[in-house]
Amino acid sequence: MEQAAQEKLNDAWDWEIPSKLVADLDDWREQFSEVQELVVSQDGERIAAIVKADDALTVCVNGDTWTSTFEKAWALHFGPDGRLACIVMNDDEWTVAQEDEPWEERYDYVWNLRFSPDGSGVAANIRTSDGYGVVLNGEPWDAKFLQMRSCEISPDGLSVAGNVQLEALSEGDIFTFRKGLWGLAVNGEPWDAHFLNVWDSVFSDDGAKVAAEVRIEPGLQTIAVNGVPWPETFRAVWQPIFVPGSHDVVAPGLAAGAWKLLMNGKPLWNRSFAQVWHQTFSPDRQRLAAVVASSFGRWTIAVDGDAWKTTFGDAVLPPVFSPNGRRVAAVVKENNRWTIAVDGIPWPEDFDMVWDPVFSPDGGIVAARAVQGKEFYMVLNGKVISLGCAKLWDPVFSPDGSQLLLKAIEFGRLYRKVVPIKQLLA
Amino acid sequence: MGSPAMKLPELPIVGDPGLDENAKNLTPERIAEVINRVIDRETAARFRVYMNTCVHCGLCSDACHWFLSNDRDPRFSPVGKVKQTVWEMLRKKGRVDPDFIKDCSRIAQTECNMCRRCSMYCQVGIDVAYMLLTVRRICHELEMVPQFMQDTVNSHAVTLNQMWVKQDEWIDTLQWQEEEAKSEVVTARIPLDKEGADIFYSVIAPEPKILAQLIGNMAQIMAVAKIDWTMPSFDGWDNSNMAMYSGDFETMGRVERAHHEAALKLKVKRIVMGECGHAFRGAVYDGPKWLGWLEPPVPVIHAVDFYHELITSGRIKIAKKFDEPVTVQEPCNIVRGRGLGAKLREIIHATCSDFRPPEPSFEHNYCCGAGGGVINCGPPWKTSRVKGNSVKAEQLAATKAHIIITPCHNCHSGIEDIISGYKLGMHVKFFSEILMETMEIPDELRAE
Amino acid sequence: MYNFASGPLVWIAFIVFVGGMVYQFVTLLRSAKKDKVIYPYMSAKYGLRSLLHWLIPFATTNMRLRYETTIVTFAFHLCLILVPIFLTAHVAMVSFGWGAKWGTLSDGAADWLTILVVLAAVFFLVRRWMLPEVRFVTNPSDYLLLAIAAAPFITGFMAHKQWFDYETMVVIHMISGAVMLMAIPFTRLSHMLFFPFTRAYMGSEFGAVRHVKDW
Repeated sequence: MEQAAQEKLNDAWDWEIPSKLVADLDDWREQFSEVQELVVSQDGERIAAIVKADDALTVCVNGDTWTSTFEKAWALHFGPDGRLACIVMNDDEWTVAQEDEPWEERYDYVWNLRFSPDGSGVAANIRTSDGYGVVLNGEPWDAKFLQMRSCEISPDGLSVAGNVQLEALSEGDIFTFRKGLWGLAVNGEPWDAHFLNVWDSVFSDDGAKVAAEVRIEPGLQTIAVNGVPWPETFRAVWQPIFVPGSHDVVAPGLAAGAWKLLMNGKPLWNRSFAQVWHQTFSPDRQRLAAVVASSFGRWTIAVDGDAWKTTFGDAVLPPVFSPNGRRVAAVVKENNRWTIAVDGIPWPEDFDMVWDPVFSPDGGIVAARAVQGKEFYMVLNGKVISLGCAKLWDPVFSPDGSQLLLKAIEFGRLYRKVVPIKQLLA
Repeated sequence: MGSPAMKLPELPIVGDPGLDENAKNLTPERIAEVINRVIDRETAARFRVYMNTCVHCGLCSDACHWFLSNDRDPRFSPVGKVKQTVWEMLRKKGRVDPDFIKDCSRIAQTECNMCRRCSMYCQVGIDVAYMLLTVRRICHELEMVPQFMQDTVNSHAVTLNQMWVKQDEWIDTLQWQEEEAKSEVVTARIPLDKEGADIFYSVIAPEPKILAQLIGNMAQIMAVAKIDWTMPSFDGWDNSNMAMYSGDFETMGRVERAHHEAALKLKVKRIVMGECGHAFRGAVYDGPKWLGWLEPPVPVIHAVDFYHELITSGRIKIAKKFDEPVTVQEPCNIVRGRGLGAKLREIIHATCSDFRPPEPSFEHNYCCGAGGGVINCGPPWKTSRVKGNSVKAEQLAATKAHIIITPCHNCHSGIEDIISGYKLGMHVKFFSEILMETMEIPDELRAE
Repeated sequence: MYNFASGPLVWIAFIVFVGGMVYQFVTLLRSAKKDKVIYPYMSAKYGLRSLLHWLIPFATTNMRLRYETTIVTFAFHLCLILVPIFLTAHVAMVSFGWGAKWGTLSDGAADWLTILVVLAAVFFLVRRWMLPEVRFVTNPSDYLLLAIAAAPFITGFMAHKQWFDYETMVVIHMISGAVMLMAIPFTRLSHMLFFPFTRAYMGSEFGAVRHVKDW
């Protein structure tokens, strides 16, 4: 979600009650024959799961079940605006249900449920008897395609794009395939150009442009923007992103055995890497970080082309900027142990698993949930600050940075806690 | 002197549009450019040193099932295949004709299983399979790949899975198999996209496409063993990778990245993969290597290793041993490629009462003849593939077993072809099928 | 001619041999860097484990498949290295020039070991003709390399036995020895240098990475 919008929302949350019992999940387990994976709203006020009661599936939210029941249901998510949605089926007809309201139109299949950053747009891929397409907020595309394999929603939630197969292909027909049968459809309109492959795509902030990885010849890949490939070609490329607020595109490309980060086809940084991917802009758009392998088998984060000195052997996950853009942190893994590195310095403690770092508004504090053995722990600036509990979700800092919202399952119950940072650090 | 004087029988000509049609587009210039580019820029120490170290002694020959099965025809020996391809390319500095490239593709793609048994027979430790993989790379760059193999790679490129499985078909199949599993074990589920699960279970595309019950079986096994597991609803679920074998390393990298990124996204502690050998090689060695990882970012455990863990830890108990005589096909990529031979034997002994060991065995066992992408070259090459592994038929027949346990999809299909080709009257089973027959399902989990 | 062969030629041969080996070694280390897995995969423990197995007769499966080839191969390589180093005449020459001295083989033993080398070379030659899988991969250069390796022994033996003109024979012997030395770094005889590395790499990849033995 856009940072400003998120802050506004957070502001409206209840930051007063120190601890609140949201739901007793042991009750659920007694009540229902099956309780599937739990999801919790961002503000911690609601917890939900797909549950089975009387041989039918439904959704239980804070102990109350939806009135609708389903033969099948999956992909339960709280959207960024807090609305609960999932994909459901009755009588072999699938649709999306939002807050106990299934969308009117039904389809042969629905998958790839996607939310726009503010939650106003909810989209998914659909299959109907006429072919494959997209449904956005209950409205399906008129156009249908032979196949569709992605659903990318624009930042404003008004547009959807996805790669589509444009011509039929019979089994084993390598010659027809070689002509290039794949394109990208935006709001149902396919690009004029078609390619051997179209992979991941992304919208510009204003929704006017879409960039995607394409393969134009068996050994040549590049980025196409609104169907027009860059003149420069590469042996391989990875997913592009738009420079926030502009139509410039940044993507990694492989040429002459080395990976480089490129802007509009031209090298952006003056050095190459054994690998580079997951490039990410800071919220203020001033800085660009990416996951890089500075040499074979050694991974780190590079910020504006400069790699951290500390490298990691197993993995480095996508970088996360502090809201002011000054600090960068990422989940890192070495010798099969997970931790977080902030500005190149790994926390001394390591874990069986750790989730993405969450910065305080001023960037001074980094929080993350981690797993050690069977239990979850909250970690602040590298120090474990909670007792172990059955499950934790990502923490949220209050807009003024003085408090931390924790969503924890303890003794079979979900508690929503607001804890002063001072208390946690003391 | 040397080979020109040798009189060897003509080999049957096999038509394959992937080679015959595409050869028409080749020019000598393009061939030379590709050969020299691949050899100069994409190979380094190993290629050069292997060329300078091989003393042409022929001692690798006895390692190769193709050589042994084709009446010791020298064209099928490991070094003989290198001579017919790499040596000629280098001697002529890449100036070879399209027919030569056609032969190279036939030799490297359809007459070598990349099984690396010859690496254990070469006195100086030359990796002959690596040399032939370089030939495959050259053939790929020239678009000279057998049709069915190329079609499989096209599928990988489009769908990131091996069998053109559409996204909705994949999820639908999992949901269907979850129901099937529930009808046996009430707690069975296939949790989709469960972030933070212990295990991401990955499979190869033939499972959802034609062997869906294997996924249902796994859901039952996981439920009985009470494993916290998940499968992704998104691309990256398929661990197979024929692009690795066709020489299309860029597509290989994309497929492997999706697999590992799925594990990272799901925040799992381990990937457990189904019974497939080449998939293990792709996920553990070739894929990570191409992407820049020395080891996979999340540990990858082969099914054999996983079953061993379930059985030895007591999470799965054996109710009654399987009593028909069984033997085993030891998949190259997990036995010679990972040393899982002993664990494989242990789980067979734990579940079967009449095990007939094959000879040779463990890392010296013969390849099934299907691996290394050879079976993926499709029906045109089936006859030569089955003929090229008569030693396997003899080996299996000698065990007098009824069932051959094949913990690898390629082995499974390859051994089935050997059984029917040589009329062995045996049957193949995945280990999971043995486990399903022998595993104890506690009464409280059993569906009525 | 004798003076040239016994003086400058020996120097040239040794300089080319040593220089060539150093050059090949440095090139190897450099190109091994480009082959990204080599250094990360190399393991002293498993490399040496593999080398050891392949340096002990019959310690590997393939060696046990062909007893005669294994025996001849080991005898050939062992004598090829030992005879020139411990031959009385060679030690005497070095001792005369530089004063260094070490143990020597008796004349009789040296004769027999030399004959062994020559017989082994004949065995390899016959093997190249007789076995289709060897004949198929035999190039003219393979005969030439075998000749280069055997020539110093044949000529040395002839000189020692004073067959034909002794002085001419000695010169031919010295030239053939020099040719062999100079050929080692630049022909497939360089397996003398590369063998420990290819073996150790394969041993490492099998042992350390794939957890299995390579013999």
